[in-house]
Amino acid sequence: MTTATASRGSDRTRRGLSKATIHGILFLYTLVALVPIGLIVMNSFKTRRAIFDSPFTFPNSETFSLKGYETVWERANFVRYFFNSFTVTLVAVALVVLLGAAAAYALAEYRFTGNTFLTLFLAVGVMIPIRLGTVSILKLMVSLGLVNTLVALILVYTAMGIPLAVFILAQFFRQVPQDLKDAARIDGAGEYRVFFLALPLVRPGLAAVAVFTMLPVWNDLWFPLILAPGESTKTVTLGVQVFLGQFVSDWQAVLAALTLAAIPILLLYIIFSRQMLSGITQGAIK
Amino acid sequence: MTSASTQTDVVGVASTRRWRFPRHVAVFLGPALLIYTVFMVYPLLDSLRLSLFSDEGAFVGLSNFKELLPGGSLSSSFWNALGNNFIFFGFHFLVQNPVGLLLAVLLTQHLLKRGKGTYRTLIFSPTVLSVVIVGFIWQLILSPLWGVVSTPLLGLTSTALPTLSLMSVWQFVGIPMMFFYAVLVGIPEDLIEAARVDGASGWKIFWKIIFPLLLPMLGIISIITYIANLNAFDLIYSVQGALAGPEFSTDIMGTLFYRSFFGFQLQSGSTAMGATVATAMFIVILLGVLMYLFGWAKRVETYEL
Repeated sequence: MTTATASRGSDRTRRGLSKATIHGILFLYTLVALVPIGLIVMNSFKTRRAIFDSPFTFPNSETFSLKGYETVWERANFVRYFFNSFTVTLVAVALVVLLGAAAAYALAEYRFTGNTFLTLFLAVGVMIPIRLGTVSILKLMVSLGLVNTLVALILVYTAMGIPLAVFILAQFFRQVPQDLKDAARIDGAGEYRVFFLALPLVRPGLAAVAVFTMLPVWNDLWFPLILAPGESTKTVTLGVQVFLGQFVSDWQAVLAALTLAAIPILLLYIIFSRQMLSGITQGAIK
Repeated sequence: MTSASTQTDVVGVASTRRWRFPRHVAVFLGPALLIYTVFMVYPLLDSLRLSLFSDEGAFVGLSNFKELLPGGSLSSSFWNALGNNFIFFGFHFLVQNPVGLLLAVLLTQHLLKRGKGTYRTLIFSPTVLSVVIVGFIWQLILSPLWGVVSTPLLGLTSTALPTLSLMSVWQFVGIPMMFFYAVLVGIPEDLIEAARVDGASGWKIFWKIIFPLLLPMLGIISIITYIANLNAFDLIYSVQGALAGPEFSTDIMGTLFYRSFFGFQLQSGSTAMGATVATAMFIVILLGVLMYLFGWAKRVETYEL
C-alpha cells in the first residue's frame, strides 16, 4: 500500500481528478441508477391523485394509500408466482451447478477418447442462444406432455446453463493441485470421492456459475410465456407482465405490482452483493 | 484454454488411460450431456431442419428464405427488424462501453478510499431486475400522462427505438463496469508506477498502458452484448407489445420471430416461418461471432500479466 500513498499527491496534480470529482461523478451516476426505481416504490404508497399531482414527494399522512397493493392482492396470485419462480430457479441452478461441475471435472481431469470433441461440443452452447431452438423446444414439450409444467422450464434452463458452467468450472478445476487428488487416491479414495474432495476447492467458481445462471432464469419472460403460460405455472416475471398489461390504467395497482416484483430481488441482491459481484469478477477473468 | 489432454499423467489416472472411456467419466459427463443434447442441441438442429420444410411437412429447400428477400412476404419486416436490431446494438456499443469504462476507472482510483463497494453495488442494482420490470418502470416515468416528461418518447417513430435502447443501456451498464473493473484491479501497480517514474502523464498512462490491456475484454463484452441484443425480446414485448409499435419502429429480430411463429392479428402463425426467422438470426449471430474471432480476437494482443 506504500505505493498507493506515495502516488496520491501526483494523482491530484497530474490527472486533475480530485477526490471530490470522483465522488461527485460516481454519486451522480448512482442517482441515475436508483432514482427511477425509488420513484416507483415511493409512488406505490400514494393515492391516485397524489401520484399525478406531486410525483416527486414522499407519501405523507394525507397522500398515503395502500389501495394499489389491495388490488394486486385481490386480482393476482403473487404468492403462487413467487413460489413458481423460486422452485424453477432453485432447481435449475442446483442442477446446473452439480451436473456442470461433474462434467467440467471429467473434462479437466481425465484423458479419454473424445475429450476435445466434447469440450468443443459444449463450448458451442456458450455462443448460441437457446431461444433460437424455441420452435422445436415447444414441439418437444408438447410431445412429452410437459407444456404448462414447471418441469419444462427447469429442463430448458438447465440445458441453457450447462455450457457456460462447464466452461467456467473446467478452468477452475484445472487449478486444483494435482498432488492433492493423488494423495487422496493413494489413500484409497475412489474417483467419485476425489471429485467431492475437489469440489469445495472451486467454490469461487461455483458462486460465479450460480450468479450467471440465476439471474437470466429468474428474469426470463420468453420461455414462461411460450412453455408455461397457465395461471398455475406463471413465474413472477410473466405474472407481472400479464397483470400490468391488464391493469395498465390503474396506476396504483401497476406501481404496487412493480414494487412487489422488484423489492425482493433488490433485497436479496443487497444482502448477497459482495458474493455476487466477486462471483462476476471471478467469472469474468477466467 | 489449455487442452485437457495435456493435463493429467499421474499415478491414479494412469491406469484409466488404457480404458479410453472409463465408466466414472461417463457417470460424470452423462447427465449434463443428456440434458444439454436433448433440450438444447437437438432443438437447435431441428429448427434449422424445419426451416427447409413447409408447415405441411413437405421439403421445400430454401424457398422459405425467399420470403425474407426482396419481393418476399416477410421481406420488409425482416430488413426493418434487422436494421433496428443493429441500431439497438449500436447504442449499447457506443454508450454502454464508454460509460461502463468510465465508472470502472473511477472505482479503481486510489483517491477513492471509502464508498467503493457501495457505489459498485448500487450502480449494478438495475442489472438484477427483470427486463419486464425495467421496461414498465421507464414506461411509467416517460408517460406523458404522468407529466415527468412531456414528449411521448415511446410513442414517436423517431424516438421510440433510441429510448428503448437507452433504457436497456441504463439497466446493463453494470456488466461492462464489473468486467472492466476485474481487468483494472488485475493490472500490477509496478507497471503504472514505472511509467509514472519515467514521467508519463496520467492520460498517457491510460491510453498507452491501461487501454491496450482492456481491449481483449472490450471485445468479449461487445460480442456478449451483440448476441444478447440479437436475441432480445422481453423489453420490446413488455413496453410496445408484440407489434413493436409505433408502426414497427421498434421491431427487432426477437419480436419478429415471435410474431412469425405465433401469428398476430390477421396473419396466422407458422412453424416453418418461425424456424426460418430463427435460422436467419442464427446466421447473423454466427457472422458476428466469426467477425469477432477473426477480425478482433486474432488482431488484438493479449498480454500475460
